Amino acid sequence: AEVEETLKRIQSQKGVQGIIVVNAEGIPIKTTMDNATTVQYTGLIHQLVLKARSTVRDIDPQNDLTFLRVRSKKNEIMVAPDKEYFLIVIQNPTE
Amino acid sequence: MEIVYVYTKKRSEFGRQCNFSDRPAELHVDIIPDPSLAENFIEKNPCDTAVQCVQVMSEHEANTERFETETRGINHSEGGWPKDINPQEMEQTIRFRKKVEKDENYVNIVMQLGSLMDHCIKQNNAINIYEEYFEEDEAAVEISEEPPSAKTINVFRTPDQVKKKSSSQKWLDRSPPKMKVTWSLYTYSDPVDCLAKNLLYFIVESPNKPEMTIKPVSPLVCLEYNPKDTHVLVGGCYNGQIAYWDTRKGSQCVELSVIEHGHRDPVYKVIWLQSKTGTECFSASTDGQILWWDIRKMNEPTEKLVLDPSKRGNLDNALGAISLEFEPTMVSTELSTSMKVNHGAGEKGKKIKCQYVIKEGNSPFQALIKEQYSPTMLCDYVIRYEVNVADSIFFFRYHMCYLTDGYWSPVRPTVFFTSKMDGTLDVWDFLFKQSDPTLSVKVCDEPLNSLRIQDSGRFVACGSHYGTATLLEISAGLCTLQRNEKALATMMFERETRREKILEARYREMRLKERSKTEPGKEEETKEPEPKEPTEDLIARAEKEFFEIIEAELKGKVPMVKKVQ
Repeated sequence: AEVEETLKRIQSQKGVQGIIVVNAEGIPIKTTMDNATTVQYTGLIHQLVLKARSTVRDIDPQNDLTFLRVRSKKNEIMVAPDKEYFLIVIQNPTE
Repeated sequence: MEIVYVYTKKRSEFGRQCNFSDRPAELHVDIIPDPSLAENFIEKNPCDTAVQCVQVMSEHEANTERFETETRGINHSEGGWPKDINPQEMEQTIRFRKKVEKDENYVNIVMQLGSLMDHCIKQNNAINIYEEYFEEDEAAVEISEEPPSAKTINVFRTPDQVKKKSSSQKWLDRSPPKMKVTWSLYTYSDPVDCLAKNLLYFIVESPNKPEMTIKPVSPLVCLEYNPKDTHVLVGGCYNGQIAYWDTRKGSQCVELSVIEHGHRDPVYKVIWLQSKTGTECFSASTDGQILWWDIRKMNEPTEKLVLDPSKRGNLDNALGAISLEFEPTMVSTELSTSMKVNHGAGEKGKKIKCQYVIKEGNSPFQALIKEQYSPTMLCDYVIRYEVNVADSIFFFRYHMCYLTDGYWSPVRPTVFFTSKMDGTLDVWDFLFKQSDPTLSVKVCDEPLNSLRIQDSGRFVACGSHYGTATLLEISAGLCTLQRNEKALATMMFERETRREKILEARYREMRLKERSKTEPGKEEETKEPEPKEPTEDLIARAEKEFFEIIEAELKGKVPMVKKVQ
């Protein structure tokens, strides 16, 4: 219930196109987008996050990845990683 | 316990007993020191020996063999579901998802991440961080602060083991940009070793495998894409033939010129003409001929011109041509002269309009390049500019090694590139500095043979003597047009041309004055120097003068000899 509320709040923010909650193995748990897009995003972003995290930790083992933002011409992909789950949000930044 | 081996042997089998006798020592050899031998050696004083108490180690380098990689994509269609769940079945996946959602950990985590995400989203919404601020000030920041640089992007090699000389490259501007490289197996002294004479296409992104191979009959020396039809290529061969290919038709040539009507020496340069049909080209070679061709009819050239300085069409007198350029049609030759050819439409034969002898030119001009904004450029040891005036208006200093090719930048009128025999690529910007290249990049250890720049001015391809073509990217400062650059360049050229004209006028006046001093009676006004006498007459005259002098000496000497007697 609270989970629903949180996700709904995020969804209602300006410019948000979609939300995906992914678990550590790459399985999308909750998503607001269609299956094909979800699966595509999940697969690609999952690898990216693992790579980013390993990079950060290679440089400094005490360090860890807290947030990842990929800004592109058309939108911005934000990933909040955790040990077991990722929260991915695709937003269209204000122009 | 002792290890013991027992055996028996009869006394009669022992043999004779040994009889030892004692005697004093005998001297067999005595070598006396011979001080004369010491003269072969010099005593070294002081002796310098290094002693180090350290572990003995050795250094060893190893390089792996080139590993060829290919890029392939992976198609990810469904995530990593656990083994017992079939991803196709909706029920099972839904059940799995519901189970995860019930997990308390899940709830906490999502809340946490949610608030973190909130923060960022709101940030995004608050202000656009990529907006263009300070747009007016951008105009001031024009001259790029970074030093000019060039970066090697890719190296192309032939797939065969044989070393071939990369003789020319041309760019084809399509996407993805392609570059074609010719490899020809020849050196100036050592002709044709007929193994593979291939021309390979390369796509810029996949450097290891040529996209297509073109097989000519004899090694190709030069090559050009048709500017109108990007699938057609014309090339000049080592045996003097011209051939043309269509890339859609495959690797054999579509048509080949007939040997009798072609050149007698390797064709060094072929260029397409800007005609309506888009099928005309002309070629130059060291046998002194320039031939015009229509590729639809390759058995005979449409026009012929012999590069004879005395304009008599004598093939023996002709100078070999090395490089060509179109509009105005100019040819550079082996004996460091360049000629302008009049390509009149109605005339039967093309005439040599005028000829410029470059003073101090001492080696054949390798490249003759015309650029749209400014006059033509020639290079051998020295880079020179030239306009319609008889003398070069600019020349740069002599280099240590032979310059093999040069090219103007298609984007910036003041930048040009040269390649040298020691493997360096020089970038010159003569508005910035005239005595030295702006950027000098050592591309490889082998001499660079040819050079080509893509139309955008960004990429440069150079080919080396041993068959490696390197692709370089030039820094942005060297390929973006600066403000006022065109105006400044034209101003500079005009100024120099005017200077040359004034100098020449003065020279002419001085000569006139001299002539009027020596021959006050004759009032001929020869504006130009007398036409050169043909060489044979000159030789005959010289011989006659020589013999006259000798006879005079002999006559003078004979009475002297008599006196001595």
